[in-house]
Amino acid sequence: MDLTTIWFLLIAVLFTGYFILEGFDFGVGMLLPVLGRDDRERRVLINTIGPVWDGNEVWLITAGGAMFAAFPEWYATLFSGFYLPLLLILLALIARGVAFEYRHKRPEASWKRRWDTAIIIGSLLPAILWGVAFANILRGVPLDADHEYVGGLLDLLNPYALLGGATTLALFLTHGAVFLALKTTGDIRERAGALAVRLGAGAAVLAVAFLTWTLDIRSSAAAVVLAVGAALALLGAVAAARVRREGWAFTGTAVAIGLAVATLFAALFPNVLPSTLDAAGTLTATNAASTPYTLKIMTWVAVIFTPVVLAYQGWTYWVFRKRIGVANIPQH
Amino acid sequence: MDALDVARWQFGVTTVYHFLFVPLTIGLSVLVAILQTMWHRTGNERYLKLTKFYGKLFLINFAMGVVTGIVQEFQFGMNWSDYSRFVGDIFGAPLAIEALVAFFLESTFIGLWIFGWDRLPKRAHLASIWAAAIGTNLSAYFILAANSFMQNPVGYRINPDSGRAELTDFPAVLTNKVALITFPHTLAGSFLVAGSLIVAVGLWHVIRNRDSADTGAYRFATKFGSWVVLIASAAVLFTGDIQGKIMTDVQPMKMAAAEGLYTTESPASFSVLTIGSLDGSREVFALKIPYLLSYLGTGDPNGTVHGIDDLQAQYATQYGAGSYTPIIPVTYWSFRFMIAFGLAAGAIALLVLWTQRKGRTPSSKWLLRAGLAMPVLPLLANSFGWIFTEMGRQPWIVFGEMLTRNGVSRSVSLAEVLTSFTAFTLIYATLAVIEVKLLLRYAKAGVPDVSEQPPTDDADDAERPLAFAY
Repeated sequence: MDLTTIWFLLIAVLFTGYFILEGFDFGVGMLLPVLGRDDRERRVLINTIGPVWDGNEVWLITAGGAMFAAFPEWYATLFSGFYLPLLLILLALIARGVAFEYRHKRPEASWKRRWDTAIIIGSLLPAILWGVAFANILRGVPLDADHEYVGGLLDLLNPYALLGGATTLALFLTHGAVFLALKTTGDIRERAGALAVRLGAGAAVLAVAFLTWTLDIRSSAAAVVLAVGAALALLGAVAAARVRREGWAFTGTAVAIGLAVATLFAALFPNVLPSTLDAAGTLTATNAASTPYTLKIMTWVAVIFTPVVLAYQGWTYWVFRKRIGVANIPQH
Repeated sequence: MDALDVARWQFGVTTVYHFLFVPLTIGLSVLVAILQTMWHRTGNERYLKLTKFYGKLFLINFAMGVVTGIVQEFQFGMNWSDYSRFVGDIFGAPLAIEALVAFFLESTFIGLWIFGWDRLPKRAHLASIWAAAIGTNLSAYFILAANSFMQNPVGYRINPDSGRAELTDFPAVLTNKVALITFPHTLAGSFLVAGSLIVAVGLWHVIRNRDSADTGAYRFATKFGSWVVLIASAAVLFTGDIQGKIMTDVQPMKMAAAEGLYTTESPASFSVLTIGSLDGSREVFALKIPYLLSYLGTGDPNGTVHGIDDLQAQYATQYGAGSYTPIIPVTYWSFRFMIAFGLAAGAIALLVLWTQRKGRTPSSKWLLRAGLAMPVLPLLANSFGWIFTEMGRQPWIVFGEMLTRNGVSRSVSLAEVLTSFTAFTLIYATLAVIEVKLLLRYAKAGVPDVSEQPPTDDADDAERPLAFAY
């Protein structure tokens, strides 16, 4: 396999990992007003992701850095072309990250309410916008022969992309609810589990519609298999949530999100950003790539350090494996 | 005003802002780790109290560093896409490696440290803060290696077909002599900030909170921080001196611009301050130290320092017509402010140590004021240092290879970049106010009570409150 293909796969893996991990973070953030009826319950929700959200977000930073290093043209065109959605995502991630750290720093209810709003909106916006962005990558955008984005904001808000946004929103909400059912005790666990079933049914409808439309735009045998796998995993997750097998339900939503993202990348390959105008504008894994020398160095770094990162991040989840409930929330 | 100007302002504002938090994160992560190690070694509760106290201030600051850092990575692609295309083959690699090797380590282990007080064995918990501190410092190295390529491009060639820079020697990029000296200089500057914060907060409690049962802890912190500041000051001067010589070698225009030296001189004197026209072309009064600029630039008091006019003429021949001179008032004054504010922190630290000699307790109102100013001084020094080094590189974005105006995104409109600049400025200003207020609140609250230690075993008490929760 040549280096550009390996790096296409690695970028796909990094974004897949990012959406699986921060997906439930976003879900938990958005469910704050739904499942957290009072301050202590909201603190239970936030503390399920407290120790891990920052490490989860590094998957995005690594994906962005890897894209810059391995496919500079892709990074440059995408980030300058999707300017306003990315700006909104950045502002959301800033507000949300600070909110987790600062919310409990003062006792006033008004203080907490404001940070709650930051967490909710800061989770909602990226949950939708990442779907919009990735749907547009798959669908293609207006690029001129120099690979410059020549569309406007409205070009990004087409029906297919909006369906993509709705799908990631529903998937992350379900994933978050399933995660909460797995990580909490008592009443919150019951409500999260019940909500996961209802959200999962909605997510399944949206995901099937979105993936079908995706395969209609561009497809490959691998993409079809992955899409079917994603739909089955999601249905399995809903079924498991119904019978309160929370570990299986979470595995199901994680696999469903992973396979759905993989479907997009499989359908996209070998393109990385197709042009809807001049075919010469289309960016591919070949014409967007760095030199073989850079890719080779990066491959070595990835081969050595990725297993190490996975090991200690996995260990973190093991350390914080215990469920928490309102009784575990300290007073202060 | 066009998109280029706004993009430059945005980069300046967001980068200087980001680097208000980074030095504290770099320095405090290590200093808190040292305090916790002292507790671990001695079992003395005083060190545990200080670990938790300064750890809390560290975390209030840490969050801001993380979220403003994401903007930096995205900004290259959003506002500087032609720059990203030009250097991506080289510049992207250290950024990606930073994320994978350093930032994962920092972010994952900081989570373990924050929440792990009752979940991890003591040793593993101590190891977590060290892992986070190592990640943070390693992260600085990769970012500075990337920046050093912009100052002194090495290990590359220009592909004649694509016109882009391509990596030919990665070890050369990582061992760029600018990177090797900028890294210790930046770390020293960071410890200057972190040590100063420890002194300021400790001194406030020593003077204003005399009857506290924890006075011993605060006195220790004040001395500990002062020594850190003194050692860091020496390191800043030492590394800065070497850096000046390397800079004169690889970016002579920057050294000339630091002095506003128009004609080549040997020996060249250093002006402490100049009153006259802002760009130094006409002076009314100047306080000058003879031979100093020659020494700073070349190590020889009689060494030749090239002047702006000569370099401008040389570059115009080499790179074609155009101005290759940075904005002199900015480089002249930022260079002086960097040095002055940095030295001031060291001087105050010396004063603080003197007033506490042989067990004395300082009480002077003036000392307290000077002490409280301490963290601000090196922060300003750090900011001016970055403003100097980045503005001194202009008009280049990659020295000798690409002009800043050619690096900007062509597909991004003025309206878009204005929206983004306004949004970041507003949210950053709001968060700055909130952050400073929180820091003051927690600094005043003082060291926590640590008499009730949570059990560190894995006892199955499902109802036990967490040692730490958001």
